[in-house]
Amino acid sequence: MRAAVISFPGSNCDFDMLYALQDFGVDAQIISAKTNDLTNFDAIFLPGGFSYGDYLRTGAIARFSPIMSAVTQAANEGKIIVGICNGFQILTEAGLLPGQLLMNKNPGFICDEVLLTIANPDTAYTNTYNANEKILIPIAHGEGNYYADEATLDQLENNHQVVFRYADNPNGSARDIAGIMNEQGNVFGMMPHPERAVDPITGNIDGQGFFKSILSAILTKVTA
Amino acid sequence: MYLAKIYVTYKPSILDPQGEVIKSALHRMDYAGVQTVTQGKYFEVKLQATDVDSATAETQSFTESLLINQNTETYRFDLSLVADEVDV
Repeated sequence: MRAAVISFPGSNCDFDMLYALQDFGVDAQIISAKTNDLTNFDAIFLPGGFSYGDYLRTGAIARFSPIMSAVTQAANEGKIIVGICNGFQILTEAGLLPGQLLMNKNPGFICDEVLLTIANPDTAYTNTYNANEKILIPIAHGEGNYYADEATLDQLENNHQVVFRYADNPNGSARDIAGIMNEQGNVFGMMPHPERAVDPITGNIDGQGFFKSILSAILTKVTA
Repeated sequence: MYLAKIYVTYKPSILDPQGEVIKSALHRMDYAGVQTVTQGKYFEVKLQATDVDSATAETQSFTESLLINQNTETYRFDLSLVADEVDV
């Protein structure tokens, strides 16, 4: 599996994501957002950070980066697209995922570890976890309050597109949503950082299942 | 040349944490009559356009595609004719 980690001006979790992928034997490399070709990659990761300084709105400028036309093309081809934190914000601004990440309900930036519930274990991101299993994953965001109108939220629920929920909602997200995928299941975004919970040296390996799930999903797809 | 003054605000249904924090500070400062505060964004954009209709269309187009997120924000704008910028 070949994976691209997109580096936008202001990304700061790109190397965390790269190292996490490499820990699982993935042939991963950093790709500049100023390029526009992702044809050689099986999976695309949009990392956390503060792309373009979070100017205007989080992700609002990054979505017009040259690389985003290639990301959209890869999404349309059914490739796995993962947005973590700022990457999630970029995917919503780009319209590849519904809704928007607003300022946290209670003012301020939150840096913490929170429990997530696996809302759907039958996805490319959760297939090695059990239904309703709880995992501890770091969060670090000021704009993580997931918003979508009621009709969109109902649609997400009915199609089982809610992948992770907060066990104890830290930011005001609608229906405790921490991570969602598109209807096809190949585009995914979450605010928490599983790539910061894979190495035992950090004291938390609850994020390993996330990467194992993606690998398993891609291998299944390749051999199918 | 036209000057577009664009005012962006949250839709009424959207929580505005900054507005709420400012309101509570105003109450602590004894501005007891303050009922609501919303914080928005203000843009001034100068643009070349052949006439007011095309300036209007262009302003609507770039505001909706970049300046606002239509999930949560709305906008209004004023247009005025201004002197062209001259390099000196």
